[in-house]
Amino acid sequence: MAPADTTARVRLDTAVARVPGEASAPRSPPATAVGPLAWLRGNLFSSWLSTAVTLLLAYLIVRWTIGFVEWAFVNAIWEVPHNQTQACREIKGVGACWAVVTEKHRFILFGTYPFEEHWRPALVVLLFVGLYVVSALRRFWRKELVMIWAGVLTLIGILMWGGNTAPGLLRQPYEQVLALVLLAGAGFAYRHGRIGVALPSALIVYALLAWAGPVLDMPYVSQERWGGLPITLILATFGLAFAFPLAILVALGRRSELPAIRMLCVLYVELIRGVPLISLLFMASVMFPLFLPEGMNIDKLLRAQIAIILFAGAYLAEVVRGGLQALPRGQYEAADALGLTYWQKTGLIVLPQALRLVIPPLVNTFIGFFKDTSLVLIIGIFDLLTAGKTAIIEPAWQGFGVEVYIFVGLIYFMFCYAMSKYSQNLEAELNRHRRR
Amino acid sequence: MSDATTDPRHFRTPPRRPLRLSWSDERVRAIVWQVLVVGVVVAVVWWLVRNTAHNLEVRRIATGFGFLGREAGLPIGEHLIDYSPTDTYARALLVGVLNTLKVAVVGVLLATILGTAIGIARLSRNWLLARLASAYVEVIRDLPLLLQLLFWYTILQGLPGPRQALNPVDGVYLSNRGLKLPWIEWQGAHTAALLALVAGAAGAWLYARWARARQMADGQPRRAWPAAVLLILGLPVAVWAAMGAPWTVDRPTLRGFNFVGGVTMSPEYFALLIGLVTYTAGFIAEIVRAGILAVNLGQWEAAQALGLRHGQVLRLIVMPQALRVIVPPMTSQYLNLTKNSSLAVAIGYQDIVSIANTTLNQTGQAIEGIAIIMAVYLTISLSISAFMNWYNARIALVER
Repeated sequence: MAPADTTARVRLDTAVARVPGEASAPRSPPATAVGPLAWLRGNLFSSWLSTAVTLLLAYLIVRWTIGFVEWAFVNAIWEVPHNQTQACREIKGVGACWAVVTEKHRFILFGTYPFEEHWRPALVVLLFVGLYVVSALRRFWRKELVMIWAGVLTLIGILMWGGNTAPGLLRQPYEQVLALVLLAGAGFAYRHGRIGVALPSALIVYALLAWAGPVLDMPYVSQERWGGLPITLILATFGLAFAFPLAILVALGRRSELPAIRMLCVLYVELIRGVPLISLLFMASVMFPLFLPEGMNIDKLLRAQIAIILFAGAYLAEVVRGGLQALPRGQYEAADALGLTYWQKTGLIVLPQALRLVIPPLVNTFIGFFKDTSLVLIIGIFDLLTAGKTAIIEPAWQGFGVEVYIFVGLIYFMFCYAMSKYSQNLEAELNRHRRR
Repeated sequence: MSDATTDPRHFRTPPRRPLRLSWSDERVRAIVWQVLVVGVVVAVVWWLVRNTAHNLEVRRIATGFGFLGREAGLPIGEHLIDYSPTDTYARALLVGVLNTLKVAVVGVLLATILGTAIGIARLSRNWLLARLASAYVEVIRDLPLLLQLLFWYTILQGLPGPRQALNPVDGVYLSNRGLKLPWIEWQGAHTAALLALVAGAAGAWLYARWARARQMADGQPRRAWPAAVLLILGLPVAVWAAMGAPWTVDRPTLRGFNFVGGVTMSPEYFALLIGLVTYTAGFIAEIVRAGILAVNLGQWEAAQALGLRHGQVLRLIVMPQALRVIVPPMTSQYLNLTKNSSLAVAIGYQDIVSIANTTLNQTGQAIEGIAIIMAVYLTISLSISAFMNWYNARIALVER
């Protein structure tokens, strides 16, 4: 209770406490109104029904928790000598066999990537997490974020492929000079004449590109051997990086005054949203090769990535359209009155406000896509879930699917839970100024 | 009244200028942009079609749906209509569509019930119940559906064999061959009773409408429920009894290595159903919760002040308003569940995607196979949206 309130109560009490037999000192509230006891009474035992529900649930929770702890920890086997799963089979149903995770965790996380090179996908996962954290911080919501994304994604490509692929373009001296000039020019333009900063940074980028591979001695790994968590993160991140601009264009097109463009966008969105992602993935895996001219072939991973981009684009476009519609008409009219062109109006007035409105639903859509990347299992791409499923194909480890799926589920859960909590906080924060 | 008092926007349309062939004319720009975009799209599509035609020719794949009439030769474990591997591809695909509908319809019903229960539980004043419901929602929504399906399927496969089957209730057996339930031997009387039930429900609805119209006319409330109970319960029972009241229960019994009799829910169907229902229920719970929270507390109080009973408040005041918020997102959840049923292919339930996929592998008719999948889902999606849009329009707020 606030102090001011107490003094008011005291004065009131002294004023009326002339009734005989009544104590004049302020009484503390009854234990049934405040404090833990009152909380229990109000929230757990407020009625007969509530009490019954509480007791039943408490009983079930305690029983299941004890059962789970016994299975997962007390009776569990954490390690077995090489592929000797007899001990695990004996305790099946009574205790968990975490030995399957201990034995196979490198395979589940990184797939068939060469064993000695596992530090590279591990570093890639860390880079991805870092990228997500940076993007989540509002301090970094600026134009520079696009540069950070481009830089980190390039670095991820270099790490995953390794070898001389990335610097391979820059073998010849003229290519090196050209790259240098280009980078310096870009930096110069970006910094508006501050060449003192642009030149050294361009040099550093160039040096990284040209020498990172050979200097660190990373052998080339083709994308057929990539697998596990990096694939999941690559599909999700690159998918969003490309689907998002596409979605903005489609959302703008759907609200365009040009009937042909509007119709094309409606057709695209409704067609994609009407069919399951699997049918698009099938299309990417069996139909796409038919679309291309003879001799031209696109890698399977890239085809799946294109399907995911097209799919995500349609859903994100609807979210963005919601933001465009929520923006008051006055904003559009004011921009028109200022004489801005369509793209000026869109880029400077409409999008910055519209996107801000839909950040929470966007994050929710991102969570959906992160989970949906697991569907590539069906067309045989080696993502985290496929790696988990493949790990238990070996006869010695057959029948320990539950343990592996719990492990894989925990990884997915960590990413999705973080995003979902972030989205909830952001929603509260963005709405605060409106609630006032 | 002169024109001056009307909204100036209504009559101040800009005068039509003659079209000038100049870039500074907005209409010229609009036409040029549209022609350009449509031209690019048409060119890309034409290029793809030409490549495809060429590739098909090179690989000697005949196009067209002629393969549908050929013998499929693919075994299907679960079928609602008669089917054998000697039937045609068309019939196999029809079986697949029916299997998809079987899981989608049952899934939508169960997910709605479970989701509504959990959504209301999240709003419960009982702290433990509310926390448990919200933990459920959080965990279920943060795990990929495919992972959950594989998880359930693994658990069902890990169950003991038919000889050591779990027997939770008498006559119900749960083993790695699926769920076995007792079932009555279906006879003509049951069909007649079922028809009587439909007729009774229609009669009850008509009676309720008549009672409502009478109440509007003379102000006298009439009880609809005695007539409804009589029509919905009494009529079918009477029909069934009049036809000899046949009642033979077909119980599953263990014979050899498997059960005979009763009805079976295969592990694949069971896993798919559990996965879809629990997953979608997590989303529906959030929708229901948001819908109920969206109804202003003042509405409850005003209704109570009018002297309505609790049930009436809920039925006449709160639910109609909550439904308005609930129905549109619920539609997309139903669509999602139907589309997600395509994940059946990963655990071996033979839905349309699975059968079309086998078909296209056997015949090489990739384009036709995928076109069939897409056409089926588009049809289902559009039907669900059309129905839900109609329902939404019915319950939507009618303003002046």
